[in-house]
Amino acid sequence: MKFSVKTWSKSNGTTARTGVFQLGNCPQIETPALLLSTRKGLPHFISPDLLPSLPLPDSSLLHVSPLHFMEGISSKTISSIGGLHKMLGLHDFGFVAVARDSIQCLPECSATNKIGASFETPCGRLLIKPADYMRLISSLRPNLWATLADEVPAWVSKKRNQTSVDRTAGGVAFGAIVGGSDIEERRRCAQEVVKRNVSGYWIGGFGFGESTDERPALLSAVIGSLPKDGPRLISGLGLPEEVLQGVAAGIDLFDSSYIYHLTIGGFALTFPLHNKIYVSDLKKTGMGIYQTKINLKATVYRKDATPIVESCCCYTCQNHTKAYINHLLNVHEMLAQILLEIHNTHHYLGFFRSIREAIKEGRFEQFREMFIEKRRNHLAEVAVSA
Amino acid sequence: MNWPRAMLTDSGGFQMVSLLHLADITEKGVTFQSPVDGKPMLLTPEESIQIQNRIGADIIMALDDVVKTTITGPRIEEAMYRTLRWIDRCIAAHKKPNEQNLFGIVQGGLDPVLRDICVRGLVERNLPGYAIGGLAGGEDKDSFWRVVAQCTALLPEDKPRYVMGVGYPLDIVVCSALGADLYDCVYPTRTARFGTALVPEGVLKLKHKAMAEDTRPIDPTCSCMVCKNYTRAYIHCLVTKDAMGSQLLSYHNLHYMLQLSRDLHSSIIEERFPDFVRGFLQKMFPEGDVP
Repeated sequence: MKFSVKTWSKSNGTTARTGVFQLGNCPQIETPALLLSTRKGLPHFISPDLLPSLPLPDSSLLHVSPLHFMEGISSKTISSIGGLHKMLGLHDFGFVAVARDSIQCLPECSATNKIGASFETPCGRLLIKPADYMRLISSLRPNLWATLADEVPAWVSKKRNQTSVDRTAGGVAFGAIVGGSDIEERRRCAQEVVKRNVSGYWIGGFGFGESTDERPALLSAVIGSLPKDGPRLISGLGLPEEVLQGVAAGIDLFDSSYIYHLTIGGFALTFPLHNKIYVSDLKKTGMGIYQTKINLKATVYRKDATPIVESCCCYTCQNHTKAYINHLLNVHEMLAQILLEIHNTHHYLGFFRSIREAIKEGRFEQFREMFIEKRRNHLAEVAVSA
Repeated sequence: MNWPRAMLTDSGGFQMVSLLHLADITEKGVTFQSPVDGKPMLLTPEESIQIQNRIGADIIMALDDVVKTTITGPRIEEAMYRTLRWIDRCIAAHKKPNEQNLFGIVQGGLDPVLRDICVRGLVERNLPGYAIGGLAGGEDKDSFWRVVAQCTALLPEDKPRYVMGVGYPLDIVVCSALGADLYDCVYPTRTARFGTALVPEGVLKLKHKAMAEDTRPIDPTCSCMVCKNYTRAYIHCLVTKDAMGSQLLSYHNLHYMLQLSRDLHSSIIEERFPDFVRGFLQKMFPEGDVP
């Protein structure tokens, strides 16, 4: 793995940075970047032959949860196939293994104990022992994996053998940093992990309903304890405002289920990706242009023969209309989810690109403020007219 | 749909058979109870053709009076004669005869006399193509192929013959041998959604526990994207649980059907059709127990 920071934000109030990240056989990608969420290694709906239609290299990092492979297929079989890349036929993609997937595999803190970490999964509640986890990681052979998060503070239990990271799995290891909403705990956890033999940091424990006000303090407590040139990956920050918050704090990689939840709800992202809004657009659509998303199930789209976003060059917007997707949703055709996942992924990767451009051009804070301001105004307008 | 290739629309007639408890068939047309809001809907030959004209498919189907082949009695005769009367109404209602090809559908149940009358009646109307309908509903195979054979013998040589609702790979091979040209069936994709793959030996049930350790592709002789990239074990862990499992299996099954059609076609052109059929049956029924 290679990672280096390229642009440091010069203005106060932000520690946003861009970087260059290179993993395995993948092309180099720029950070801040988004990991695409998968189910057992493949996108939820986009079939593998349509994956190349997504923007490259932005779309080459995939998040995989080892917990998806706790049943249905054994570690032994995965090993004999040759690991994730061979099993999925995706040789030019980078796989990042993190146990939590924010959709079906949620950490169950109350049941986590000295023996292992507990998760609620579709197979019921599972207690994952570190040894089992490492066996799965060894057979999956992801390019990068996060250590299993301990909810018990690292300095308390020496019996767990967590102080040395098992290197036999190969691939790049990121140390897991958790600690709940206690700033001191977070800081201590981060400091412990920094001592370990890891190449980067996975920050967990966010996206569980903590308020957006609490978050900046917690994030800076963690990040403040990390080396400046180490890559930081966070799970659970998915909404545009949350991503902006994470980027401002100095996060480089995001894994999120936002696109998945939008897609299954029948939503399509529509917010403008650039701050340069033409007056004519504003006049045409009014403040509606700052709508984050639209719900294509709504009857207002029944006869709308325009693409989701006029200027979008994704497969969905180049080939299909809102009316068609509305119809597909009404008759429960899976093609609706496929088309929506394609568009939403495309659009959200575009958002990350805009973020990187803003950082490189030294205007990230303005970008972030304008984005939040416009959305707030839009929501206020909608509330007033409702 | 943005679909650049050929398209065919059905008349809505099949729903009469599959939703029969909701239908009341009269000379005017078929009265449905709408499954959406419970209101009565009337589908007439004129309305069906009008809708199909608007959709704009290359081939459109006449509205016929379909009955299940498992039914006996005067209802079959009534349906056959009504189908002939309705074809005239369909022809009259068809506004785009030069852009869209209206196919008539031969009915008559399993009765050779009724089938004969129906075929002759349709052929008189000189339609661009003919479908053999009312089959693929659970009748025994012997009756099935006899009706197909009778119809293909009587239908014009130079017009397409479309056997509706067929079907299983074996049935397609048999009907092709009898002179049919076109088929449609939900089978490949429906069986995929239940975790079953189509292979030369018959079917492969990916849900089966034994598949969990099987690192071979679904079909080593298949050149589709799924067989080139995925193992039975991986697909096993997807099927019936994840949408992607249905997608990958559907992809393979459709590829299998298209390959079968291509093979049938080239074996006929290259004058080795009987050998092809023998090879096909040998792989599927190695013990010789061909139904």
